[in-house]
Amino acid sequence: MTTANSRELIARRAEKEIANGDYVNLGIGMPTLVANYISPDKTVVLQSENGLLGIGPFPTEDEVDPDLINAGKETVTASIGAAYFDSAESFAMIRGGHIDVAILGGMEVSEKGDLANWMIPGKVIKGMGGAMDLVHGAKKIIVIMDHVSKKGEPKIKKQCDLPLTGKQVVNKIITERGLIEVTPDGLVLKEVFEGYTVQEIIDSTGADLKIDVNA
Amino acid sequence: MKTIYKSAKEAVEPIQDGMTLMVGGFGLVGIPEQLILALVEKGVKDLTIISNNCGIDDWGLGLLLKEKQIKKMIASYVGENKEFERQALSGELEVELTPQGTLAEKIRAGGAGIPAFFTPAGVGTEIADGKEIRVFNGKEYVLEESLTADFSLVRALKADTFGNLVYNKTAMNFNPMMAAAGNVTIAEAEEIVEVGQLDPGFIHTPSIYVQGLLQAEQEKRIERLTTR
Repeated sequence: MTTANSRELIARRAEKEIANGDYVNLGIGMPTLVANYISPDKTVVLQSENGLLGIGPFPTEDEVDPDLINAGKETVTASIGAAYFDSAESFAMIRGGHIDVAILGGMEVSEKGDLANWMIPGKVIKGMGGAMDLVHGAKKIIVIMDHVSKKGEPKIKKQCDLPLTGKQVVNKIITERGLIEVTPDGLVLKEVFEGYTVQEIIDSTGADLKIDVNA
Repeated sequence: MKTIYKSAKEAVEPIQDGMTLMVGGFGLVGIPEQLILALVEKGVKDLTIISNNCGIDDWGLGLLLKEKQIKKMIASYVGENKEFERQALSGELEVELTPQGTLAEKIRAGGAGIPAFFTPAGVGTEIADGKEIRVFNGKEYVLEESLTADFSLVRALKADTFGNLVYNKTAMNFNPMMAAAGNVTIAEAEEIVEVGQLDPGFIHTPSIYVQGLLQAEQEKRIERLTTR
């Protein structure tokens, strides 16, 4: 299980994947935390798929506008330079490849970069929302998640067992243990985070890992 | 000049059992609140509803669900509603889950006279089961058919008496595409102004898509109040 600390570590590492000037979509849950760590040196525009380009901070009580929410249905503000638009326009931005980085949560990722993050068979079906569109649009898809499930089982596997959100869509995986790139040659471990060893990551990953860690 | 209804009850009068309705909104934002309440009161049933979500247990489309007036729901995310879960699991309610961008585009295409389109969303997932897959430039796409409706019920900030509409912030969401995709579109506006008072350069939905208007106060319930 990730603690608050490891969630912060993951979010801070994910932030480094965002370049100055990027347009970024952050998924619901842990990805939303990344917004808290965006360096003041970067100008980053956050897209919300319900129709806002330029998510600002949460409002003060006086600023709350019930007509202004993010994709998680939380009240937000619009940043300077923001734009509102309809849902078709929003997904044109997404599918059309205009979003530089999308950071999403994950339940399982396969060695080919397949992502499962929308449904667990036998549990209540909530719907995929915009996840299936998002994984095909952004130039870079980063999945951030716990390295293993609550039962301690690997979430990075040869093949996903859960229903897929998208096939061969993930570029990078960031967990509390390390950073893994999805390449045409398979998964490559690029970074090992404090408190873990290469061997521990290999042992807790359900797919083959190539090791390319700069000591 | 478009029909301006005196009440929500009068506006929904032509809506009959078994019809397909598009209802604007994302969560509870931008939903036509009074038109939904009037549908509940009218008791019209066996409806097919196309909307991104299905309200919450005691507001929005959740009210229609509670009275078992919905036969089929086409949506992208329905996780906010216990009664939805119950009816879906018991088989009382037919559910067609659609990726949000595909849903938006199905509606846009429906209003634009495009019967179907290819999208990458859902390729390689169960959403694409039984649908045509075609390769363009080395990448797979799935064929999705567009959607239209007997009635579209949308919510605007302002309407003029011609039926031009302007939306407020993220309350725009699915409303403009739905306005175009409805055989008959009724717009519930917070304010109706005289024609000529809206700047033609800043109209979101041109009047051609709108058949009827209703002025109504909105409660604007907040699902997740989040402050700094």
